[in-house]
Amino acid sequence: MSSPHEDKDYTPTVGSQTDIAPLGRSGPKPEHERTADEDIDPVQWSRIADDADFKALVRRKLRLIVPATAFFIIYYFLLPIGVGWFPGLMEKKVWGAVNLAYAYALSQFFMAWILAGIYVAAAGGWDRSEHALLRKFGVEHR
Amino acid sequence: MSLLPLAAAGSQTSLWMFLAFVSATLVITWYSARKSSGASAYFAAGRRITGWQNGLAVAGDYMSAASFLGIAGMIAMNGYDGFMYSVGFLVAYLTVLFIVAEPLRNAGKYTMADVLAYRLNPRPVRAAASLSTLTVSIFYMIAQMVGAGVLVRQLIPGVSYELAVIGVGILMVIYVVFGGMLATTWVQIIKAVLLMGGSILLSILVLQRYDFDLGKFFSSLTAITSTTADGQSVTRNFLTPGLIFKNPWDQISLGMALLLGTAGLPHILIRFYTVPDAKTARASVVWAMIIIGLFYIMTTFFGFGAASLLGPDHIAANGGTNMAAPELARFLGGEIFFAFICAVAFATILAVVAGLTISASTSFAHDFFVNVLHHGREQKAGEEVRVARITAFVVGALAIVIAIILGPSVNVAFLVGLAFAVAASANLPVMIFSLYWKRFNTAGAVTGLLVGLSSSIILILVSPDFMKEPLFPLKNPALVSVPLGFLGAWLGTILSKEKPDEAKFTELMVRANTGLGAEKASAH
Repeated sequence: MSSPHEDKDYTPTVGSQTDIAPLGRSGPKPEHERTADEDIDPVQWSRIADDADFKALVRRKLRLIVPATAFFIIYYFLLPIGVGWFPGLMEKKVWGAVNLAYAYALSQFFMAWILAGIYVAAAGGWDRSEHALLRKFGVEHR
Repeated sequence: MSLLPLAAAGSQTSLWMFLAFVSATLVITWYSARKSSGASAYFAAGRRITGWQNGLAVAGDYMSAASFLGIAGMIAMNGYDGFMYSVGFLVAYLTVLFIVAEPLRNAGKYTMADVLAYRLNPRPVRAAASLSTLTVSIFYMIAQMVGAGVLVRQLIPGVSYELAVIGVGILMVIYVVFGGMLATTWVQIIKAVLLMGGSILLSILVLQRYDFDLGKFFSSLTAITSTTADGQSVTRNFLTPGLIFKNPWDQISLGMALLLGTAGLPHILIRFYTVPDAKTARASVVWAMIIIGLFYIMTTFFGFGAASLLGPDHIAANGGTNMAAPELARFLGGEIFFAFICAVAFATILAVVAGLTISASTSFAHDFFVNVLHHGREQKAGEEVRVARITAFVVGALAIVIAIILGPSVNVAFLVGLAFAVAASANLPVMIFSLYWKRFNTAGAVTGLLVGLSSSIILILVSPDFMKEPLFPLKNPALVSVPLGFLGAWLGTILSKEKPDEAKFTELMVRANTGLGAEKASAH
């Protein structure tokens, strides 16, 4: 869990008493070197978790993710099901020589892109709530 | 000057293009090695890769030679059914986007096990997760290496299978040992750009033959004539499903492995640690979906195009299924274009095996060596990276030896299916429970991982790929092994008396949903 240079800092310090680099570090680590378990301000996780805004944020996420996941799984499996058990239907021509089997397979790409677009649009709103929430607790991370 | 006097002009050109690609990647490796130091630089490229760069790298990590040459060949030889493969490979990214990418980036550090073990007893969970990661990565890698040996032998006459395997193995080890994640990332980015460039050009040249009239293009596919094994000539509509796949349950099982397995592939997951934050991880999935989606849609043009313009008989007589795309390139653009597509295929293989090598070595060093054996503390500074480098070397050597022992004629396609099945059955259930189920505990995680892993392997061993009279009828085990993985994780949890650490679960929930305390990008 530790970075390789955590214990020893070999960088010579200007004005040090000897030419030998100091072992160990004086002062806290700079922010970018801290690992997740070394946060300087210990956060009261449960205070955030019990907050109504946090609960609402999690609920809003699940309200999109659960139905969207169910939808794309059903939409996807209708392809092998249709091709496997309803070949007559899937061989119907829909545009020139193109049959339903190909058209439906192709539509999956657009389905995936559209769902991804919806997710990203919603996630922009979640990001704003997340920042507001963290500001409220005075622990904004950037 | 001629390196291979006997080789044709085309393979001369492709050899030079290989060498150009290899030189470029070695320069990147040298540059990365000079620039980076420290664990976060080595394992996660300093977390400073941007969204679109990581999107390209994810695509480069993911789209294997099996996708490029294999799917093109399947469509060229038997039409529509090959295209069904293409669909699953893209839709699978919705699972990555919705369920794993952001929580993983928010709560983890270098590996998938960071999130799985977060609130559980870390040593047993990491040991099991590391076993599953190594299994997935090494199976997948062996499949790629055997494929690489066969391909390079076909692409450049004069290079033997063994030489090709050794060459690919040495290159991937060099990238990973010296360049770490930064070099691997850029190899993957360059590969993705080359692959997209080659595919777009190939598609445009195909459509040009039909005056860019899609109606005309699809009409040409309704009557493709080929010769069957017993010498009869048959004409088939290549847009008709079911020309090769007869059992629909096989398609459903494979679809399940793709849809749920992609989000459990360790070499894909670790890519999300290379970006600064969860928001960028999300953006990179979207970039990857655009690139991967466009690529798989284009398999329509060069797969069906090869069927219509060359015909299955011509492809069978000129190198077989895997050579459909390169042969099409030769037909449309001459020797230079053939050489370019061959070089793209080679780059494709290298980028994927480099990604697999770094995921295996990261998991061994970070999960097993430091966290399981040494309780999460390095004994000496820099040990984690050093162990990872040694592991990369060992994994590379092992993959070379196994690929050579197996030889070019062994069918390795099932290994790719197995990698996805293990990822779907072992990794994903535990990931989902870990993030969302408060009651979930260590016993459940270890049981889930081991049941998912072993049931996938056992079911493959008794499947039609291994037995003449199979005990299990499906080629891919996911339809059964995924429910077993979930069941194992659930039963393991409710049958043990272990109390879940609720405070840790609360912490994981807050971290995963807000990114508070997430690993930061390194400043330079």
